[in-house]
Amino acid sequence: MKRRFGLMFFAFILILSLGLAGCSNESGGKKTGGESGSDGGSSSGGTLVFGRGGDSTSLDPAVTTEGEAFKVTKNIYETLIEFGEQDTEINPGLAESWEESPDGLKHTLKLRKGVKFHDGTDFNAEAVVFNFERWKAGNKEQFYYYNSQFGDVIKEVKAVDEHTVEFTLNRILAPFYKNLAMSPFGIASPDAVKEHGDKFIENPVGTGPFKFKEWKRNDRVTLVKNEDYWKEGLPKLDEVIFRVIPENSARLNALNTGEVDIIDGVNFSDVEAIEGNPDLQTFYRPSLNVAYLGLTNTRGPLKEKKVRQALNYAVNKQSLIDAFYAGAAEPAINPMPKSVAGYNDAVKDYEYNPEKAKELLKEAGFENGFEIELWAMPVPRPYMPDGKKVAEAIQKDFADIGVKAKIVSYEWATYLEKARMGEADTFLLGWTGDNGDADNFLYVLLDQDNIDSNNYARYENQEVHDLFIKAQSTNDQAEREKLYKEAQVLIKEDAPWIPLIHSEPALAGRADVTGFKAHPTGSDELATVEFKK
Amino acid sequence: MFAYSVRRIFSLVPVLLGLSLIVFFMIRAIPGDPAQVILGQLATKEAIADLTRELGLDQPWYIQYFNYLGGLLTGDLGQSLRTKSEISSEIWPYLAATMELSFVAMMIAIFIGVNAGIISAWFQNSWFDYAAMVLALVGVSMPIFWLGLMEQWLFAINLDWLPTSGREEVRNPVESITNFYIIDTLIQGRTDQLLDVLKHLVLPAMALATIPMAIIARITRSTMLEVMRSDFIRTARAKGLRMFWVVYKHSLKNAIIPVLTIIGLQTGLLLGGAILTETIFSWPGIGRYIYEAINYRDYPVIQTGILIIALLFVLINLVVDLLYAAIDPRIKYR
Repeated sequence: MKRRFGLMFFAFILILSLGLAGCSNESGGKKTGGESGSDGGSSSGGTLVFGRGGDSTSLDPAVTTEGEAFKVTKNIYETLIEFGEQDTEINPGLAESWEESPDGLKHTLKLRKGVKFHDGTDFNAEAVVFNFERWKAGNKEQFYYYNSQFGDVIKEVKAVDEHTVEFTLNRILAPFYKNLAMSPFGIASPDAVKEHGDKFIENPVGTGPFKFKEWKRNDRVTLVKNEDYWKEGLPKLDEVIFRVIPENSARLNALNTGEVDIIDGVNFSDVEAIEGNPDLQTFYRPSLNVAYLGLTNTRGPLKEKKVRQALNYAVNKQSLIDAFYAGAAEPAINPMPKSVAGYNDAVKDYEYNPEKAKELLKEAGFENGFEIELWAMPVPRPYMPDGKKVAEAIQKDFADIGVKAKIVSYEWATYLEKARMGEADTFLLGWTGDNGDADNFLYVLLDQDNIDSNNYARYENQEVHDLFIKAQSTNDQAEREKLYKEAQVLIKEDAPWIPLIHSEPALAGRADVTGFKAHPTGSDELATVEFKK
Repeated sequence: MFAYSVRRIFSLVPVLLGLSLIVFFMIRAIPGDPAQVILGQLATKEAIADLTRELGLDQPWYIQYFNYLGGLLTGDLGQSLRTKSEISSEIWPYLAATMELSFVAMMIAIFIGVNAGIISAWFQNSWFDYAAMVLALVGVSMPIFWLGLMEQWLFAINLDWLPTSGREEVRNPVESITNFYIIDTLIQGRTDQLLDVLKHLVLPAMALATIPMAIIARITRSTMLEVMRSDFIRTARAKGLRMFWVVYKHSLKNAIIPVLTIIGLQTGLLLGGAILTETIFSWPGIGRYIYEAINYRDYPVIQTGILIIALLFVLINLVVDLLYAAIDPRIKYR
C-alpha cells in the first residue's frame, strides 16, 4: 500500500509538471515596466535584464581585474574623469575641471558640487583623499590596478578645500587622466567602506546612476535606480539585473524568449540570424583589442627574424575574418587598434604571400620547413571566438609554406601559465585595452620589462624599450605619439607576433531597447538605456 | 538493524578521510598556479609570489592538509580564494539549488523509468517494449548539451510554453528562506511564484532525468522479466488474480531491490554530475560552483565541494542499503 501511495505521488508530480508546460507564459518573461513605480511621481522605466557569460567576483572595483566585475560597478560607481560615450577620450566625471602644473607633476581637480553617495553622505575632496589613501595603503594583491597604474607615481593626494583635490606625482605619468577614468578607480563612500570592512566587496556604495540591491552569486546582481542621481533625468530604468547565463547559445535563446533584454558574448555565427529577426537588434563594441599569434622569440627557429617574418607572410587574415568573425573585424597590422592615439598608419603589413614566405624561409636556412607547436586558446574571448578553428586555419596556412604545426591546447589557466613561462612555440592570445593609451598595449605586451608577465612572446629590443620609457616620461602628447610610431616600425620589422585581428565584439538586444551604447573598454553605462514606449 | 546502522555510519569515517586525501592530492596535481589565476594576465612575478605566501600555498603539503582537516573538524570549511567569503555560508544556496533540481529530476526518472520498465516486461516483445528500449538506448547515449539546447528551442522559443533558463523569473524574484524555492514559495503562499518556479524546473529536470530514466527502465525490465517467470507468479496467476496486481504488487516488490540500488547510485551521480545541465540552463547549482572554482584554482572550494558531494553520495547509498530491509523483510543485517 505504501508503495502505491509513493507511485501516486510521483504521478502527481509528473502530471503537475507536464500540466504547467501547457499553461501560457503570461506571468513570466514579460517586462514589469508600466505597472511598477508609478507612485510618487517617478517615471516608470521598467526592468532591464542584461545576460552575460560570467558572474562578478567582486562589487568593489578596486580589488578586481575582471571585466565582468567592472560591467556592474560601472553603473554603481563613478570616476573623477569619465571616458567618452564610445571612446577613451577624457571627459569631466566627478571632477568638473582640472589643471596641470607646468612641470607636469601637480594636478588640481575641481570636484562637482552637490553629489551624494547612495548612503546619503556627501561626495567631496575628503572622500577622494580617503579612497586614494585606502588604495595606497593596500598591497598589490589587494589593489592590483592602483599599484600597476599609479603605484609609486602618486606621492600625495591632498584636499585643498571642500571641492578641490591636488595630486602630487613623483614623476610624469602621461596617461594620468586616462588612468583616473578606469573603472577600478570608482570613488566609494568612505562611511560604507569603514562600516562594511571585509564585506565591502558585496555592499558597494558609490555615486553612480544605480544603487546596489542584491547579489545572488553565480546567478544575478540586481541594481535599482538612484533617485537622487545628479544627472538630470537619469537613469531612465527603474531596475537593472545582470544575469549569468554561461552558455552562448542558451543566452541567445533567453534573449529570443524575452527573459533577458540585452546579451553580450554573441557568437559571430549567430549574427546573421539575429539581424534577420525583427524582434532583435545587434550592437557592436568599438574595437579596443587585438588578437595575435605570439611567436615565442626564444624558441627554436623562431629565434630567427626572417622565420618570424616568413610566418607573417603566410597567414591569410582576411579569410579568418570572413570565416570566424562574420566580417565584424579588421586585419591587425600593429599591436594596437587604430583608435589608440599614436597608431602608425604608415606601417605596411606583411601581405598574404606564401611565395615570399617560402623565399624568406630559404634565406633563413629552413628550405624544407620545420615542425612547431601551435597553441589554440581553449576558451572563447571577444577577440577570439573560436581558438581551435582559427588555429586550424593558421595550421593550413603554415602547411602551405612547409611548416608543420601541431595544434596543442590546455585548460585555460594552465595555457596562460605555460605560455607566460615561454613554453609555447606559437600561441593564440589577445588583449583588450584598459584605458585606450598606447602604453597599455605596447609597453604592457611587448616591453622587455614584462617578460614573465604579459610579454608572452618574450620579445626583447633595447631600442624599443628606450622609446617606451621616453614616452612614459613626457606629457607632451605629440612627442609621445611620435615615439610610439617609431616603436611600431621597429616592432613590425622584428615581427615578434603575427598581429591577427581587431574585432568588434557583438552584442544583441530586444528591439525595444534604446539608448544602449557599447563601450570599447567593455564597461557599459546603462543610465541612458530605456524601453521604447 | 540499529546496530547495523550505527556500524555503517562509523564506517564512513575512514571512507571520508581517504576521500579527502585523494581530493587534496588530485587538485594539487592540476597544473597551473592559483596565484597567477587570481591575479590574472596582468600580474607581476612579485605579486604572484606575495599572494602565494599569503595563501599559505608555499607551505609543505602535509601542513596544508592538516590545516584543512583541522578546519573541517571544527566546522570551518575554509575561505574561497576568489570571493574571500566563508565557504560554509556560501555553499548552501548552490547545494539547495542542485538538490531541488536533482529531486525533481529523480522523481521524473523514477516514475517514467520504473513504469516503462514494468510495462515493457509485462508486454515483452510488443511494440511498446521495442519502442521503450530503443528510446532508453537513445536516452543513455544522448548528449545532454544538445538535448538541452533542443529543449529550449522547442519548448521555449517555438512553443513558448516554458522559460529557457534560470530558477525563477528574475523580474519577480522569490524571496529565499530555505533556498528550496518550491518550499519557499509554499511557505509564503505565493502560488503564482510556485507556478513560475515549477515551470523553470521542467526543462532542466527533464534533461537531467534522461539518462537515469533510461537506465532505470532497462534494469526494471530485466529484473521484472526474471521475477515474472518465477513459480509464485504462476501461482498467483493461477489463483485468478488480476494481472495488474500480479505485476504491480507481487512482481514489483520482488524486483525492486536492484532498481533501488541503481536509483541510489544515479541520485548520487546527479548531485555531482549536473554541471552540463546547470551550465546550459544557467542553474546556480553546486556543479557550476565547483566548475568555476576549478577554473580559478580555488582549492578550498574544490576540496570542500567535492567532499560534500561525496558525503551526500555515500549517505544516499547508506539510506538505500537501509531501505532494502524495510522493503524486503527477508533481508536481515547482522
